Amino acid sequence: MLSDYSTIGIFLMLTLAFPLAAMGMAWAVRPKPKCKPDDEKLLPYECGVDTIGRTWSRFKVNYFLYALVFLAFDVETIFLFPWAVKFSQLGLFAFVEMLLFIGILLIGLWYAWKEGALEWH
Amino acid sequence: MNLSDLVFIVTALITVTAAVGVVGFKNIVHSALSLVLSFLGVAALYFQLQAGFLGLVQILVYAGAVSVLIIFAIMLVMDKDPDESNRSHAKQKYWGGLIALLVTLGLGAAIGSTIWPQSSGSLPEDSVGALATLLLGDYVVAFEVAALLLLVAVVGAIILAKGAGEHD
Repeated sequence: MLSDYSTIGIFLMLTLAFPLAAMGMAWAVRPKPKCKPDDEKLLPYECGVDTIGRTWSRFKVNYFLYALVFLAFDVETIFLFPWAVKFSQLGLFAFVEMLLFIGILLIGLWYAWKEGALEWH
Repeated sequence: MNLSDLVFIVTALITVTAAVGVVGFKNIVHSALSLVLSFLGVAALYFQLQAGFLGLVQILVYAGAVSVLIIFAIMLVMDKDPDESNRSHAKQKYWGGLIALLVTLGLGAAIGSTIWPQSSGSLPEDSVGALATLLLGDYVVAFEVAALLLLVAVVGAIILAKGAGEHD
């Protein structure tokens, strides 16, 4: 008997197989180049401007701020999940509790907003 | 060997291979991506053990948030040739290997010498639902304190990154 989790496994295998099949099919039907691909052909962009300088460089701290705020709300999602699963049986009290929970976290969002953590300078 | 064993062997192989990749890749970004794969493999093992909620937490927190943090931290400090950013040290890699071997042997000995009691009860049908009932019923204070903790974490992270009282 298949459990619910083997459904996930089947989905996973499908999602792996689908792009592989698409790329394999494209490889099978595309015209093969007769000569070796030269540097021009292997450029990441066929048109547009080449990048100047190294593409591996330090990034702004703003990215990290987004990541940190994302982390907190990601953990919030974990608390939301069991509540959402049982929502219809839990009733009004749990709903108010969850509103309080989200409200407390919204203070964090408001603070991040106020401090300009979500702005791009 | 039945299907369940086969699935376990495949997921365990993927997890361990990805973990070896974290150490082995020369480019630290490739190491980080390999770590994500390893986290996902651990999540798959949780799902296989019928610990669905734990697997979900593993995917959301480790494969999602922690790996994002690691990659962003790499982006912040990346100042080297990327292909040389995760080079193994000439001498210390042997010490590292030795310590890893000792940890493996120690843990293996500890696991091997432990008597694991077999639970006679059956698996709960709906572990997430039971968790929800407890979390929003008996342990509601802890639940709301978790929200406060997350709030403090957000505020602390912003203050750390931007500096308190600086408005630019």
